[in-house]
Amino acid sequence: MIGVVDYGMSNLGSVLRGLARAGAQAELVDRPGRGEDLERRYAALVLPGDGAFGEAMARLAEQGWVEALRAWVAADRPLLGICLGLQLLFDASEERFGREEPRGLGILPGRVVRFAPGLKVPQMGWNQVEPARLHPLWEGIPPGEFFYFVHSYYVRPDRAEDALARTEYGERFTSAAGRGRLAAVQFHPEKSGAAGLRLLANFVRWVETG
Amino acid sequence: MLAKRVIPCLDVRDGRVVKGVHFVNLRDAGDPVELAVRYDQAGADELVFLDISASHEARATRLDWVRAVAQHLTIPFTVGGGISDVEAIRELLLAGADKVSLNTAAVQDPSLVRRAAERFGSQCIVVAIDARRLAAEPGAAPGAVPRWEVFTHGGRRPAGWDALEWARRVEALGAGEILLTSMDADGTQAGYDLELTRAVAQAVRIPVIASGGAGNLDHLRAVLQEGEADAALAASIFHDGRHTVAEAKAHLAAAGLPVRLP
Repeated sequence: MIGVVDYGMSNLGSVLRGLARAGAQAELVDRPGRGEDLERRYAALVLPGDGAFGEAMARLAEQGWVEALRAWVAADRPLLGICLGLQLLFDASEERFGREEPRGLGILPGRVVRFAPGLKVPQMGWNQVEPARLHPLWEGIPPGEFFYFVHSYYVRPDRAEDALARTEYGERFTSAAGRGRLAAVQFHPEKSGAAGLRLLANFVRWVETG
Repeated sequence: MLAKRVIPCLDVRDGRVVKGVHFVNLRDAGDPVELAVRYDQAGADELVFLDISASHEARATRLDWVRAVAQHLTIPFTVGGGISDVEAIRELLLAGADKVSLNTAAVQDPSLVRRAAERFGSQCIVVAIDARRLAAEPGAAPGAVPRWEVFTHGGRRPAGWDALEWARRVEALGAGEILLTSMDADGTQAGYDLELTRAVAQAVRIPVIASGGAGNLDHLRAVLQEGEADAALAASIFHDGRHTVAEAKAHLAAAGLPVRLP
């Protein structure tokens, strides 16, 4: 069973349907409960997300997810982040409403920054993804495949080896990142047609085969 | 590179697609789900559904077909038509729509755009602008900069606002995208209003979907190149089977535009 973290921030129906099409059993999970319950019930977690970074972190904290997600990744359990779910893994974001820069989960070192002025923001639509290294997520997906993006901010990892893929929009930015059994993508595989389904199926198989 | 998008638009009334849609070698059908899946498989980048139902019962019917479309589609889709409050937006997003398009209600109460964007995020709030070219002022110099006025109620009622000013305002209110329809070009199949599209695309920093006037594949190319639109929306050239989405993409690619080939 794959648990899709439900903290009230996104269209989770399409994520559930995408995972189902990819052959996985998946359900929403709104509170982590005790860590051992989470580990017993779920082979993997998916952290989706749309909307504002600061509000997402506040909701994750309120529902007890901040420590649970850190512990999950520290134990090298499989996690797939999607869109804002990629950005939340990093230390902090420029996407601020007050004076304070919102802090992220701090699982991957680096920051979330806004696209340069002059570009159309949000980047909305299909863009090409170039794998930065061999990874089970990219199996059967040719370099330069198109995926659907909607975002105004992007991640800038401190460590180049955390980048799993890059995409060109004004500059080359990191469109997927991860480490160990953690992988996260800036685009929406659940909205990216056949290529997106392939990626979700790759994740499911990676979870099953370790 | 970010691809230019090709977006078929389907008009829906009381849960059925109106205006016949003909796929090559496939029967005509008015079922939104069936047609949506075919366009998905044909390589459409997104779909827009414009619900032109007038009745009050239509709201429930609409949620039903939106749910069914969401169940089967693997690309994003937008729903527009008669959406007038935050609650209706919430219902549509929960039913599975990726974006909603606001038109008349946004003109009547611009704060709706801000409230919707704050609550659900700019990425799912599209503002549809219907614009009509104003006649040149008597005595205006030839070549004077043209102006366009915003219309509401399906293009029947003038709002009295300048289209470029309204476009900048909805961007400031938090709209994530503009769906721009030229009332002059709509239905003519003589090509998009390139001047209007370019003027709006240059006025804002959010994506602009051009609509109204597509009659052949080169019209799509022109509005994406000369009109500087980010996406081209079209109805009849796809629905009547004259062209497939794949042909449109091939034509755009041949002209050097970045597209996602099916």
